[in-house]
Amino acid sequence: MIYLNAFLFAGLVCMIGQLILDNTKLTPGHITVIFVVLGAFLDVFDIYDKLILWAGGGALVPITSFGHMLTHGAIMGYQTDGFMGLLVGTFDLTSAGICAAIILAFYLSLVFKPRD
Amino acid sequence: MEKNKYKSMVDRHTPKEDVLYNAIIAFITGGIMGIIGQGLIDFYSYYLTIPTKEATVCMLVTLIFLSCLFTSLGFFDKWVNFAKCGLIIPITGFAHATMSAALEYRKEGLVTGIGANMLKLSGAVVIFGVVSAWTFSLLRTLLGVI
Repeated sequence: MIYLNAFLFAGLVCMIGQLILDNTKLTPGHITVIFVVLGAFLDVFDIYDKLILWAGGGALVPITSFGHMLTHGAIMGYQTDGFMGLLVGTFDLTSAGICAAIILAFYLSLVFKPRD
Repeated sequence: MEKNKYKSMVDRHTPKEDVLYNAIIAFITGGIMGIIGQGLIDFYSYYLTIPTKEATVCMLVTLIFLSCLFTSLGFFDKWVNFAKCGLIIPITGFAHATMSAALEYRKEGLVTGIGANMLKLSGAVVIFGVVSAWTFSLLRTLLGVI
């Protein structure tokens, strides 16, 4: 059942993005930024946590979960460290993804040659 | 008058995108990405007995690794051209943007090429993510919702 929810939720998010891309003059960069900010906003009232419980991986794969994890890390940092925690905790949950992307991109770009 | 005429000429000659077809393709590919994500989480948590929270991180790293590898092997660009937002909105789009920028600027040197330009496209995501996360979590702490 959670697989159906994952399919529906991730598909719906991607379809909304595609509709925005086709009907306006925004670039893919704008759209990913819109979805990150939206994900960060949905975490303010714990809405995104409920979506993750409902859709599982379907809610974790889209870029909205990136914004959600940034906000979530900042709030968790506040709960442990106070106001400095807002700065300390921001990257707690997302650092794995960002570091993996940067490190892999660096080494793979040394190994492979660009093909148009 | 002249302006309207020019505008209608431009409209006539811009290539028409089939909106419905693109939307359906994005829906299906995005949904498949969601199923793959959930499948990887289940695989890591059931077969390798990793706690669910770490299994999520493992799933994201796996998807990032696959998309970086496929981009550098050269055929991920074709998939992105076909599926568009179905692969741009998932975390694969972030890795794809980072990887293709790194490949493209590699010939300009390690520091001035890769180092300076790697996050050219995906840096917007990180910057807006951090700024909005800080703002919203401050808002939440000030509201006292915690």
